Parts: sequence; C-alpha cells; structure tokens
Amino acid sequence: MSIGIPVERMDGRAKVTGTAPYAYEHQVADPLYLHLIQSTIARGQVTAIDVAAAEALPGVAAVLTHHTAPRLAPDAPAEFRALQSGEIVHHGQVIAGVVAESPHIARHAAGLVRVTYDARPHDVRLRADHPDLYTPDMVAIGAPADSATGDTHAALASAPFRIDQTYTTSAMFHSPIEPHATTAIWADDLTVYEASQGVHDFTALLAQALGFPADRIRVIAPHVGGAFGSKGLARPHAVLAALASRMTGGRAVKVALTRRQMFALTNHRPATVQRVQLGADADGRLTALVHDAILSTARYEEYVEWVATSSRNMYATPNRRTTHRAVRLDVQMPAPMRAPGEAQGHFATESAMDELATAIGMDPIELRIRNEPSADADTGLPWSSRNLVECLRLGAQRFGWAGRGRRREGDWLIGTGVAAATLPTWFKLISVAYGPSHAAVEHVGNGRYLVSTGASDAGTGARTALSQIAADALSVPLSDVDLELGDNALPRAMLAAGSMGTMVWGSAIVAAAGEFRRLHGTDPRPGARAEGAMTGNPHTERVTIDSFHAVFAEAAVHAETGEIRVPRLLGVFDIGRVVNPRTARSQLIGGMTMGLSMALHESAAVDQHVGAVVNNDFAGYHIATHADVADIDAVWLDKPDPYANEMGIRPAGENGVIGVAAAVANAVNHATGVRIRDLPITPDKLVVSRFAR
Amino acid sequence: MKPFEYVRADDATQAVAMVAERPNARFLGGGTNLVDHMKLGLVEPELLVDVTALPFNRVEPLPDGGVRIGAAVRNSDLAANPLVRQNYPVLAAALLSGASGQLRNLATTGGNLVQRTRCPYFQTLYTPCNKREPGSGCSAITGHNREHAILGASQACVATHPSDMAVALTALGATVRVLGPAGERVVPIGELNRLPGDEPHQDTTLNHGELITAVDLPALPLAKRSAYYKVRDRASYAFAQVSAAIAVDIHSGVVRDVRVALGGVAHKPWRAHRAEALLRGAPATEDVFRAAADAELAEAKPLSDNGFKVPMVRNTLVSVLRRLAREH
Ligand SMILES: Cc1cc2nc3c(=O)[nH]c(=O)nc-3n(C[C@H](O)[C@H](O)[C@H](O)COP(=O)(O)OP(=O)(O)OC[C@H]3O[C@@H](n4cnc5c(N)ncnc54)[C@H](O)[C@@H]3O)c2cc1C
Ligand code: SF4
Repeated sequence: MSIGIPVERMDGRAKVTGTAPYAYEHQVADPLYLHLIQSTIARGQVTAIDVAAAEALPGVAAVLTHHTAPRLAPDAPAEFRALQSGEIVHHGQVIAGVVAESPHIARHAAGLVRVTYDARPHDVRLRADHPDLYTPDMVAIGAPADSATGDTHAALASAPFRIDQTYTTSAMFHSPIEPHATTAIWADDLTVYEASQGVHDFTALLAQALGFPADRIRVIAPHVGGAFGSKGLARPHAVLAALASRMTGGRAVKVALTRRQMFALTNHRPATVQRVQLGADADGRLTALVHDAILSTARYEEYVEWVATSSRNMYATPNRRTTHRAVRLDVQMPAPMRAPGEAQGHFATESAMDELATAIGMDPIELRIRNEPSADADTGLPWSSRNLVECLRLGAQRFGWAGRGRRREGDWLIGTGVAAATLPTWFKLISVAYGPSHAAVEHVGNGRYLVSTGASDAGTGARTALSQIAADALSVPLSDVDLELGDNALPRAMLAAGSMGTMVWGSAIVAAAGEFRRLHGTDPRPGARAEGAMTGNPHTERVTIDSFHAVFAEAAVHAETGEIRVPRLLGVFDIGRVVNPRTARSQLIGGMTMGLSMALHESAAVDQHVGAVVNNDFAGYHIATHADVADIDAVWLDKPDPYANEMGIRPAGENGVIGVAAAVANAVNHATGVRIRDLPITPDKLVVSRFAR
Repeated sequence: MKPFEYVRADDATQAVAMVAERPNARFLGGGTNLVDHMKLGLVEPELLVDVTALPFNRVEPLPDGGVRIGAAVRNSDLAANPLVRQNYPVLAAALLSGASGQLRNLATTGGNLVQRTRCPYFQTLYTPCNKREPGSGCSAITGHNREHAILGASQACVATHPSDMAVALTALGATVRVLGPAGERVVPIGELNRLPGDEPHQDTTLNHGELITAVDLPALPLAKRSAYYKVRDRASYAFAQVSAAIAVDIHSGVVRDVRVALGGVAHKPWRAHRAEALLRGAPATEDVFRAAADAELAEAKPLSDNGFKVPMVRNTLVSVLRRLAREH
C-alpha cells in the first residue's frame, strides 16, 4: 500500500533547487516582455491616452490600449475583456500594456504613458446600512440566498439566553508566493505557460475570450506556486499576453504581475458584516439561530459568496434563518479564496457560540455537543460520517482543555479558546460547473506505468498523493508509477477547487486503473492504455458528505500594549482517509497559518476617497510571519468515508483555515474578557479596551 | 524605472562633489529604500553614487569612551558589535527589531537615518501628498492614518519617521558627522530630522550633496541599562505602531538620570524631554512613570484612526520603565 505513507514530495528537490519551471520561467526563444498599466481612478472613462513617448523608447515593440488591442469576444466574462473600451469599473483595472525587449524597458515605457480620465463618483466601502443592498438570486455556490424554518422571532423573544451581535471581517488577498504570470506564444496555434489551478478550465475561458478554437490552444502548467483560488480563472494579463504575441508576429510574450498589481488584479476574499442571533434554553439547546450576512460584490459582475450556508446544517435547532444581502461596489470582483465563505461565516457563528457558552456559564465544547444534529437540516439527509464530537473530545484531551483557567505570566494574559467547523463537499458542482475529470493509464513497458490527468498541483502535493493513489489502484509499487499533470494535452480534469482535487482526480485515476486491468489484465503489453472518469458521486441523493474539525487556540495578550501572540494552535480534523500524512499535514497547518493570519493580521485599508486599498504591499498588508506561528499541530481521526469515494477521502486542505479565527478570538476573550468582533484582532483594538489601563 | 548612471565611490570628497553638482544625483547605501522608490517612480535619479565602499565601515571606540559608527556599517553588523551590545543595548535591540534579516544585512547606518516615511499616499504616485508633491494636499489626514503621527504633526503632513535605529540614537543623544562640499559639520541627532511644518517635503536638515560619514555615540554609562520596546501588528517584520527607547539610572529608588525617545509617533524620532524632566530626581514609582508619560502626551493630537496610540505610548513607557526599575 502506498496510501497512508508519508512519501516526500516528488517535486520537492526540483523546487528547492530552483529547477522546477514556473510560468514565467519556461525557456522560450527571443521573448518580449509585457508590463501592464493600471487605472488610477475607480470609475469613469479614459478620455485620452498618450503613448507617443512610450512608443518612441528604443526597445518598445508595441503599446496596447483600448484603441489598438484586438477585439475580444463580446460574450467573454467581464474579467477577461481587457482593453475593449475606455470604461473604468474598478481602481487598478488594466488600461494599457507595453511590450518591449526587456522587462525594464517595458516598465520604463509604462511610466511614460499619460492617461486622462473623466472620473465619476465611486463607492468602494461596504456598510451594513448601505441603501443599495439587494437579495441575490443565488449565492455563488448555487444555493438559495435565504433559508427559513420555524419561527425565529418568537423563539428568540422567549429564549432564556440570547446573543445578538454583529461581526465584521476584512477583505483579504490571496497573495500566493508566485505572482500571476504568463508566457504566451501565438504563432499559428497558441501556446500558453500559465500559473493556473486548472489548465482545462483556463483553456475554455481563454478560447471563449479570444474567439479561438480551444483545440488549438495548448496550456502548460507543471508547477504553480500557490493559488488559493486566485488562479482559477483566465485573467487580463493572460489574455493580453496572448494578444501581444499575436500583435508582434507570434513572438513569445512574458508577463508577471508585480506584488502591487496583484492587489488590484487577482481578486480578493470579500469583506463581510454578519449579524448572528442565537437563542438557547438553560441546557444550552439552541432554540433559534439567525445568521444574516452582508457582503460586497462588483458592480460589473456578480459574485456573492456563501457566508451563512453552513449555518443551515452545522447545529440542530427548530427555528432557523439565514440570509445573504449584497451591495454592488466599484471594486474588482471578489472571488473564492481558500475556504471561501466558510472562513468568514464561521468566525461569526463560532464567536457567537462562545459568547452563548459564556452567557449560560457552560463549557463551550459541551455547548457544541448539546447541539450536535442527527441529520443535515438543510437537506434532511443523514451524514455519510460526521465525527465532530470526536474531534472536540480528542482535541480537548490533547490540548489540555480540562480545567482551563486564564492565567498571567509576567505582562502576558493567557487564555484558551475552541471553535468547531464544517467544510461542505461540492459534489453537485461537478455536474453544473466543474465537469467530469478524466485520467489515463498506460503501460510503458517493464512494469512501469504512466498515469496522466490534466489536474493541477498548486503546491499542495497533489502530484505525490495522486501517484500514491495510482500505485495502489494498479497494485504496483510507487516507484513503478510516473505521473503527468498540468497540461491540457492530458485527459480533461477539473480545476483545483473546493479541496476536491485529490479526491476527484484520484477517483478518475482509480477508474482508469480499473479499466486498464479489465482491458489488459495484470501482464499488459507495452503501450496498453485505458482511460477512466469521475463524473459525480452516486450517493449524494442519500447522504450529505461534509468534512468537520475542531480548533483549539491559546492566546497571550500583553496587558499593557495589547499585542497578541498565539503560542499554541491545534486542529483535529475529520476528513476521511489521509492519502499522504506529510503533505496533508502541511496543507492543514498551512491552512491554520492562513486562519491565524486572518485572525490577527490581514486587513485591507480601503480608502473611500481614492477608491482603492492603499496598503497594497507586503509592508502594509500583513500576513503572519514565522515568528507569529509557534506550536502548531494538526491531527486527524483517520476514519475513511465510504460514501465519498473508493479511497474514503474527503476534502482536506481548506479545513485548516476555517475554525482558527473564531478559536483565536475566543481565546483572546478568555484571556482578557474583551470580545473583538471585528477582524483582524490587532493591538490597537485591545489597548483601547477596558482591560488595559 | 528610468535608466540611470551608477558609480561606486572610493573617495568621500569626490562622492560629495559628484552628488552636489547634479541636483538629480543621489547617494546609494544598501538601496533597500531608495531602489524601492525608484521602482515606484517616486524618484528618478540620473546618477547613483554608491557610498558603501567608502572607508566608513567600522565601529571604533572614541577616546572619551564613546563610539564612532561608520555610515556604511550594515545594520546587522552594528547590532552584533560587542561594544554596542555591552554599552548601548538599546541600540542593538532597536536594530534587531527592524525589518528582516535580509534587509538588515543590506541597510546602512547612513541610509537608515534618512529613509523616508512609509505613509501609503507618499508611496503612491497619484494620490495628493505634500511630501511628494508640495502643495498637493495631504491624503492621510482625511484617509487612512492609523500608522500616522500624534505628536508634532502639522496641517500639511502627519507622517511618521519609520526608523527604529534612529529612536535609540535619539535617546542616546548621538551626533551625526556630515561631509558637504564646504567641509565637515556635526549635527546633533535631534536636529537631523525635521518636524513637517509647512515644508513636509524636507525630511532632514541635510543639504543636497551632504554625506553622512559617521554617527558618534557619547560615553553614557546609564545606557548600559537601557531597553527598546516596539509594539507592532505582528511578531516580526513590521514597522512600529509605537516604540520606546529608554535608558535610566535609578539609585536608592530615585531616578538620577534618564533618556527617553519614542518611535512611531512623529515625523522624527521623538525625544521625550517633558517625560525626562518629570522623571529626573523623582521617585521611581508607578505613579511617577504614569505622570511622566501623561506629561509627554499632553499635547498629543490623534487622528481619526490612531487614537489608540495615546494609551499605547503611555502603557509602553510605563511598562518599560517598570521593568528597568525592577532590574536595578
Ligand atoms: C519591507 C521593509 C520593512 C522594513 N521594516 C523596517 C523596520 O521595521 N524598522 C526600520 O527601522 N526600518 C525598516 N525598514 C527600512 C530599512 O531599515 C531601510 O530601508 C534601511 O535602513 C535604509 O538603508 P539603506 O542603506 O538601504 O538606504 P538606501 O535605500 O540606500 O538609501 C536611503 C536614503 O538614504 C540616502 N543615503 C544613503 N546613504 C547615505 C549617507 N551616507 N549619507 C546621506 N544620505 C545617504 C540615499 O540617498 C536615500 O535617499 C524596512 C524596509 C523594508 C523594505
Ligand atoms: S502624511 Fe505626509 S506623507 Fe502622508 S500623505 Fe500626508 S503629506 Fe504625504
């Protein structure tokens, strides 16, 4: 068996020695370099654009503007319709690009382009009392915006214990270490090296935007340096690199966004304002749960994230209401960022649960156990396997939860907190959005197998885990398997999304291996080949397949300065079978670090006047550093889910993110008595609170 | 960024002459601030005169017991210097709290002193900013100003000076040695950086072409008992929200002498003269510490986003003084 073994990352050596090529680094002959120019207003019109000085600079091959750029398909998604008109719909939008013999010349020339605007009033700030709030038809995951059962008004009115609080979260930026980058060569056919989470989906979008046949577009992405949802779509930089190549006679064109550009051009996690109302009886049983989420979307294209949907089935209660309201702002479209919706939603509800536990005087773990549901209240179906209580109990034991007392060590006040969480599995999106995933198995001779799928390894370790799945499915040693991915010439596979990659692509590989053995037996000829596909999950009509976890945090707050440290963080995960403990652990503690960063650091400074986020670099937009991450651990229950797939695996990676912010907020509250309901929890918010003198 | 000429200077007088005669020439230290600004298009120098190879890369004892720090000494080397660690621990601590290991390996003493503000509007070409474009207005006063000044600011500019090292040097009463076209002069550290007033585009009192050659630390026995505390939004690699450099001599429960400087609160490192005056000769008690902090903050003028800095400064001062008093 290979599954379950902590195999080292197969591309680890290539990555740390710098020999694994990323999108910008592929060797191509005689490349040109594209530098993008961005709008400095949030809404209005480009009235004039003077490119004379840029064009006159030696080494400049072309300047692309909305006057000169080739036309794109009018039905292409708004995000990709770069340079099709002078209209500005968000700050930092691409309004021109310079192509030159070196990146330095391109950047210099970009600075010489003069743009005049006709600016119109903009609005970029999310407010709970915004006059233009509306009810979307659906949230982006395809679920209804609202849900209601029972009589929440009456239940809240008569509840002996009641919580009614508002929680806010900041917009966040994906910030993968590899910037978004493209190398495009459009001679006859189009070849694109792209930092992409899904080569096939990317191909389809690019083909649509360019009005060029998908089967004449080759997309190659063997390595992707982090994505977190931000590399799922084709973006203006990729579209423009292709157009620039076409405009320069098919020369290769390279583009990499600068870190500052990424803050405006690669989407973001939407900010939220969430009101949570809980009613409970003296035994801690929830008599009502109301979760009302308000969030921003873009005026030019709708994306309303699902923030309150997990409140539809996380806990048992007879009276329940969830709503989503959105407001269209003059901002770039938000988009999924690791654990979209769940990350913000759980901060609100799991903080509120902690507030309720305090109000009742009940242990917060006990409160959650009392409200453990017997079935999925949203669908009425049973769970395939829900072991949240076991996560809480095991975590309590390992963390040393019992007898938790707040204490003081020198200047530091120390407390502990817990949160529970769920991550849904979006199987139904396979039929409506993601499409089936395929894989192929080929015997190359001497007992060696080449397994291929157009999957993507965005740094998760998918390449390694899928090889392990393939080895077991073929009943051969891992060393006899070679795996290819990240290329649209390989069998079509869905993009890496919803933490479903390993699971879905793994199922396709298992199907292909089964088909291979059926057709070719155990002693196949060289060149024998078979394909298989994952087209959906047959059990979703009968069971709900979700993942669960519990997070425990210890927080230390400086009694004088309000500084916050998190000395200990433990996650206990119910994620089915774990294929590779090494890469899974790294995904989970990576996710937990992201959750910690959301809890303590990541904050978008939105300037309403400028119409943009103004702390748009890594000195201003803080992400957790090594020094912020202390004792961090992730463990799992190892309970294969027989309904999820043949391997028993469920979505894993994103779980790491979800519960952390609330666990940290709850620990800060335990340490100080101060409840911070506005993320991130920064020293300024604590130093002005009553605990500090 | 615009193409530029680069010269590595091996003679200080020549370096000064080269920069002085061209208004658009700049000295280049580690480049960790200047090169960023060139990439952002904030400055477009025609000529960079690299001054890191000049013979100003030593830390030497002075005959009076003080120490001379060459302007080209890297922040990492200065923090690791035994003389500094022993006699001026506040300086080593301040240096190590700044930036990251990689940046400190490049950053020079001279460059660190004259690094420019991190105000986001200053670093963005298209937002009004009196420091970048005199007369254009100040975007921070009505915009995002959480990191900005609470002391000594003006209607024209509310930016802060970002350096940690300079806060320690200010507490220590260092002097800055400067070489200009007309020869050498000595500038007390408190007079190097300016308050913004009506001319926020002038960060310092240096004239164009004046080169910092060294920083002298006076012999200061009380500096052996000194500390730097920096409050920031994360555990490392962040600029100070508020910081305090303090050296104190307490005898029989009475403050005999004290030096206090604050970072993150003003357009320059802020020597807390009022707090010092109140502390000197007073009993080393919590009440006195608090009164001293309040005296210094009496004229604090917080902005819309940074009212927290007032309690944060007060609490930081009190807790560092308390700790130093306990160690006596
Ligand atoms: C991400 C980031 C985080 C940072 N965090 C911190 C922090 O937490 N705390 C902190 O204190 N600093 C921090 N810094 C700033 C860093 O300390 C400064 O960039 C550095 O000290 C500047 O020194 P340098 O030698 O690189 O200067 P350069 O960039 O070379 O020069 C800066 C300026 O000084 C001038 N100059 C250089 N040498 C001389 C001289 N001898 N005489 C006269 N003028 C001279 C140059 O012309 C230029 O105008 C950070 C920087 C970055 C990029
Ligand atoms: S505070 Fe100073 S640096 Fe910042 S915008 Fe205002 S004038 Fe410019």
